[in-house]
Amino acid sequence: MPLSEYIIMRELNHPDINQFAVYRRVGGWETYAAALREQTPAALVQQVKDSGLRGRGGAGFPTGVKWGFLPKGVYPRYLLCNCDESEPGTFNNHQIIDRNPHQVIEGVALSAYAIECHTAYIYMRGEFASAALLLEQAIAEAYAAGFLGKNILGTGYDLDIYIHRGAGAYICGEETALMESLEGKLGQPRLKPPFPAVEGLYGKPTIINNVETLANVPRIIEKGVAWYRSHGTEKSPGTKCFSISGHVNRPGNYELPFGVPLRELIESPEYAGGMRGGRPVKIIIPGGASAPWLTAKHLDTPLDYEGVAAAGSMLGSGAVIVLDDSVKAPHVAYKMDEFFKHESCGKCTPCREGTHWLVKVLHRMAEEGHGEANDIPTLHSIYRQMEGNCFCLLGESAVMPIKSALELFPEEFEAIVKG
Amino acid sequence: MTTSSPAGTTLQTKTQSSDDNRLKLLEATMKRHQHRPDALIEVLHKAQELYGYLTPELLISVAQRLHLPPSRVYGVATFYHFFSLVPPGEHNCTICLGTACYVKGAAAILGELEQQLGLQAGQTSADGKISLLAARCLGACGIAPAVVLDGQVIGHAIPDELQTRVAELLK
Ligand SMILES: Cc1cc2nc3c(=O)[nH]c(=O)nc-3n(C[C@H](O)[C@H](O)[C@H](O)COP(=O)(O)O)c2cc1C
Ligand code: SF4
Ligand code: FES
Repeated sequence: MPLSEYIIMRELNHPDINQFAVYRRVGGWETYAAALREQTPAALVQQVKDSGLRGRGGAGFPTGVKWGFLPKGVYPRYLLCNCDESEPGTFNNHQIIDRNPHQVIEGVALSAYAIECHTAYIYMRGEFASAALLLEQAIAEAYAAGFLGKNILGTGYDLDIYIHRGAGAYICGEETALMESLEGKLGQPRLKPPFPAVEGLYGKPTIINNVETLANVPRIIEKGVAWYRSHGTEKSPGTKCFSISGHVNRPGNYELPFGVPLRELIESPEYAGGMRGGRPVKIIIPGGASAPWLTAKHLDTPLDYEGVAAAGSMLGSGAVIVLDDSVKAPHVAYKMDEFFKHESCGKCTPCREGTHWLVKVLHRMAEEGHGEANDIPTLHSIYRQMEGNCFCLLGESAVMPIKSALELFPEEFEAIVKG
Repeated sequence: MTTSSPAGTTLQTKTQSSDDNRLKLLEATMKRHQHRPDALIEVLHKAQELYGYLTPELLISVAQRLHLPPSRVYGVATFYHFFSLVPPGEHNCTICLGTACYVKGAAAILGELEQQLGLQAGQTSADGKISLLAARCLGACGIAPAVVLDGQVIGHAIPDELQTRVAELLK
C-alpha cells in the first residue's frame, strides 16, 4: 500500500512543492524558524537520536549518534551534505532535489543549527549541473526570506550554505575523499581514525550526511519522534526512497516504509509492476553495486537494514537492481567490476591492481567467451587478496560482484572454461 | 596547444582570437575565490567552460595564480573524469554503460554508433564534429538505456532512432 503521507517524496501529496511559495504554504521552513527560536541544538540532536534516523548514504549509521561524536567546545564545525550519488543503480538523491529541493535545504539548515555549525557545503556530483542550479535557486530564496545569512530571524544564529561541484569521480562520495575534493585536491580517501566528526574538513570537526538523511530531519522535528517511528520497523524507523531498476516493468523511485518485503517492491503494480515479459528473477542486487547478490529465493526478505543483512547482503543506498534470466552472471560481474576498476582512485595496491586483474580475466571470459583452465582459481585468488586489505570500501565493494557471481553461478564460469 | 588534428587547429585559432576576454573571466573567478588553492576544482570547471578543454598553458597559468605546484594542478585535472586535456567535438554523444543500461542493451547501442561513426568510445572524429563517449551510471537508471546527446538526456534509447538523430546532427 502506498503511503498516504510521504516524508520525502512529498510532491506526490503536493505537486508544486518544488516552488518556494508552495513549500511555505505547506509549512515549509516553519519547523526551522520555530526551532531557532524555541529549541536548543542539544534538544534537536536528542530528538534525531530518539527518532532512530539512520544514514541513507549506505552504511545506515544512526544519525543522532554520529552527531553526538562531535567533540565538545571545538569550533568551527562543518556540515557536509553528500550528493555525489554515483553508486550504480542509485538515482533518488537527484530526484529528491528536482522535486522537493526546499526540504533538502531546510534539512541542511536545521541540521547545521543542531550541530552548531555556521558553514555547510553541499557536494554535488559534477554531472548534476541542472540540479545544482535548482539548489542554488532554493538557497537564494531562503536567503531572501531571511532563513540564511547573518543573525537569522533575529536569533543571533548565522549560517551560510555553499554548493560545491564535483568533477566526475565516484570515490568522492566516500566521506574523507569528499573532504579532500572540497579542499581542491585529488579525491583520495584519508586514513581513519581520526574520524571526520573529530578531524574532518580543514582539520575541523565535520558531520557528513546524505541528501535523503538530511531531508528527513525537518519532518522528524515537525511531526515528532512518535509519528516518525510509526513508520518502518523498530530498528529501521521511517521510510526509504528505493531506486529500482533493471528488468522490471516500472523502474523508478518509490518511497516505502522500511520492512516491506522485496517481493512487494518488485511485483506490486503500485511499484515496479513485476518483471518485464513475466520472465523469472535471476539476480537481485539490493543495495547498489557494492552489495552482495541475492536471488529469487530471497524475495520475501524485508527491506530494512537487519532483514537484508540477515539474507546475506546489505541495504546500502537502497538501489535495487533486478535482473532476469536473460543475463549471464560473468557478464554482470564483469560490468560491475569494470566500474570499480575505472573508479579506483589508485591509492592502494589491492584495489588498484586487484580490480585491474579481475577485469582483465573477466573481460576475456565474458566478452571474448574464452576461458583458461586456471581462470576460476585465479579469480578466487585475486578477490581473496583484496578482501579486507583495501584502504577504503571501494576496493572491498569490488569484491562483491565477482564473489557473488562465483558463489551463486559457478556453472556459468565452468561452462566458459570448458569452451 | 599544438596538435596535429584539424580539430585542434581550429580550436586553437578560436582560442587566440578571444583569449583576452576569457582570461579576464577566468581571472574574475579566481579573484572571487581570493586565489585560494582550495578553489582549484571550481577554477578548472570555469576554465573548461570557457575554453572547452584544458591546455598545458592554461594549467600552468592556473597553477601560478593559485600558488600551486603545476604537478598538483595537472594531478587534479587528470584525476577527475570531467576534465579533458584534449579538444572536444562540436557535438557529443555519451552512452551510459552502467549496469542498468548494460542489461538493457547499451553495449549494442554503443557498438552500432561506433560503426556508424567509425570511432571508438572516447574518440573524436577527425573533422572535430563529434565525440563519442561512454559513461558509468548517469543516475538515470529508471529510464535505461540512457544516452546524452549534446547535453540532452534521452531515455529508453532505441538504436535506430539514435543513429538517425546523430546523422541529422552531422549534416
Ligand atoms: C566509494 C564510496 C562511495 C560513496 N558514495 C556515496 C554517495 O554518493 N552518497 C552518499 O551519501 N554516501 C556515499 N558513500 C558513503 C559516505 O562515505 C558516507 O558514509 C555517507 O555520506 C554518510 O551519510 P549518512 O550517514 O547520511 O549515510 C560512499 C562511500 C564509499 C566508500
Ligand atoms: S580501495 Fe581503491 S578507491 Fe579506496 S583508497 Fe584503495 S585504491 Fe583508492
Ligand atoms: S546504469 Fe545507466 S543511468 Fe544508471
